[in-house]
Amino acid sequence: MNPGDPAITWIEDKPLGLAERLYLPLFVNGLTTTARHLVSPKVTVSYPDQRPKVGNPLIYRGVHRLNRDEDGRVKCVACFLCATACPARCIDIVAAESPWPDRDKYPESFQIDELRCIFCGMCEEACPVDAVELTSLLDLTGKSREEMIFDKEKLLSVYDMTKDAEPMKSTAMGCTP
Amino acid sequence: MPVVIVDGQEIEIGANERLNCIEAARRAGKEIPHYCWHPGLSVVASCRMCLVETGQRDAATGAITMVPKLVPGCQTPVRDGTVIVTESDTVKASRARVEEALLIDHPIDCPICDKAGECLLQDYHFQHGQPERRADLQPFHSRKRDVGPTVTLFVDRCIMCTRCVRFTREVTGTAELMVTSRGAKEEIDVFPGHPLANKLSGNVVDLCPVGALGDKDFLYQQRVWFLKREPNVCGGCSAGCSIHTEHNQDAVYRLKPRENPHVNTWWICDEGRYGWHHLHDQARMLEASRAISSPTHGRTAATTPATESIEWSEVVTKLRDDLKSAGRLAVAVSPMLTVEEAWMLCAVARSIDPEAFLALGFVPTRGADESFPGGFTIRAEKCPNRKGVEEVLALFSAGGRSWNDLVDHVSAGRADAAWVTAAYPTPWIDEAGAAAFSSLAQLVVQDLFDSPLMQLATWRLPAVGFAERSGTWVNVAHHAQSFRQAIRPPAGVWPEGRLFWNMLGRRGLYDVNAVRQQIATSSPSFRALAGELPSTGVDLRLHQIA
Repeated sequence: MNPGDPAITWIEDKPLGLAERLYLPLFVNGLTTTARHLVSPKVTVSYPDQRPKVGNPLIYRGVHRLNRDEDGRVKCVACFLCATACPARCIDIVAAESPWPDRDKYPESFQIDELRCIFCGMCEEACPVDAVELTSLLDLTGKSREEMIFDKEKLLSVYDMTKDAEPMKSTAMGCTP
Repeated sequence: MPVVIVDGQEIEIGANERLNCIEAARRAGKEIPHYCWHPGLSVVASCRMCLVETGQRDAATGAITMVPKLVPGCQTPVRDGTVIVTESDTVKASRARVEEALLIDHPIDCPICDKAGECLLQDYHFQHGQPERRADLQPFHSRKRDVGPTVTLFVDRCIMCTRCVRFTREVTGTAELMVTSRGAKEEIDVFPGHPLANKLSGNVVDLCPVGALGDKDFLYQQRVWFLKREPNVCGGCSAGCSIHTEHNQDAVYRLKPRENPHVNTWWICDEGRYGWHHLHDQARMLEASRAISSPTHGRTAATTPATESIEWSEVVTKLRDDLKSAGRLAVAVSPMLTVEEAWMLCAVARSIDPEAFLALGFVPTRGADESFPGGFTIRAEKCPNRKGVEEVLALFSAGGRSWNDLVDHVSAGRADAAWVTAAYPTPWIDEAGAAAFSSLAQLVVQDLFDSPLMQLATWRLPAVGFAERSGTWVNVAHHAQSFRQAIRPPAGVWPEGRLFWNMLGRRGLYDVNAVRQQIATSSPSFRALAGELPSTGVDLRLHQIA
């Protein structure tokens, strides 16, 4: 950067006024904030004894799941758009010709590395068939790195586990089912 | 010189050039969108995407008379004073309507279509289509049909440009594909019992501007936007077609022809197109190894010496020592090697034994040269660089020795050690052929796969495949093309060039350009290789004035 660049506008701090130089009003300001927090209701919980409340599960970004269609088949069409959108490069898909006559392609293998994932929700946003979704499951643990690479079966089982508590987001958010 | 006016810009064209509006506009930097026109095929002007306004400037008065309607740019030749307007509102509206009409019948299954990302229908829709759809279009599942061993037809994705039909009629002359039905029910199909099974069939997939023709070898393997492409040269035969190697994370996914008017124009054959699978074969040699105890001179039976693996850095020094102590050396310079590698190998051999017997390696051939009506030829010689290696050998020794001369030389006991470079993708030598090498003190074999000859070797070195090497190949018509490696060889494999570079005692990383410049300046026959070569290559005879 060239400090003499005419495109740069230099801004000076405003000189302090009388109230700022007196220091007292700011002091009172700060103390008020402290006092307010002393009496306001607490937002922290003592996890894991207490579970935090998920505000809106529709926009919460927890563990992924792979949705099933009405016939119980994996909804994913292996278009790789989630893998393309993923900034952490944590989705690995192997596509194959689908065994069903009404579908062209399906994921032979679908893996999400939950350790690499940054839970940004881009995969969910990119998916043209609303197959991959982020649930409101927030405590994700495992004993090994391998265990944290979720394969297709595991992601489908997350759907089976959560589908009653959290129906598919697409319908709730007014998208095509 | 005739002058053509493209959107107000005057460009000169050659006096004898026969250009259409698309080609003339391209000279002016204007791209006229088109589906059915292809420079290598006849003109049908059926897609109506290239409609432009044209006119004629009167040479005497300078007054311009426009044609009152739009004309297809592909079948309108330009001449002196032709005026082309590619950006007017009329033209833009026409393009948008064509796009709209095409999309009404289209499945819009882009997310699962393999062409997505390199599809002209997609690209033109964004560039020239309407911002909003007037019809309520829903994605649907395209019908799928098997039209041949290499190609699947997605019937509903087709926009009926008939490029594929014209290709099979004009270039291969086999005419398997046809248009059935009429009007809105038009479809591409094959006649029952006559599948699309010619030796150039894969090209119809490249020609298809949309995702209607899918390459079975590549179908569903990878999305095209993940692929990186490297200009390369096909190593399948001595035609040396220009290709793009498309790869991702050191794995090749497909080969595509690269336009080169001097060699392959727009096409490649299926053998070349699918001839990369050996690169990822599990059976490839991955480790350098040498015989534990150097067998004594005059081994009687064809025995397999026990071997142990050896580090490449040790190969560089110990190989030289072993060959030096063995005595008289014979070297087979494989026609799979590049000019640079062949030249360095000869230099290494001469430095070990100044009297070394240098010969051309085994030249695999299959069948006879096969030509197609469109001018494309598949060569019988299944190696890319026989001409180049012969030229290199001529620099080091006179006589033009062949593989058979080398076998005779070794069988007659006139050599104590042999160094056979191979790198052939297919089996090339049988036990009887290898027997001639069984009584040598040292036998160095560099190959992609195990072979009877490899079993006899005291030094077993892995070689690399075509996409893993850099250098220059000279094709059957003396056309030299330089290329860089597209993917890295498997872990633990040194390309031949790197080994030779280190054995010559040269410092730093293997610099293929430095070697090429050295060859070009030191030998008149390779003078054409000096400097930066164009991507389409040079004729090696260019500077060889008799």
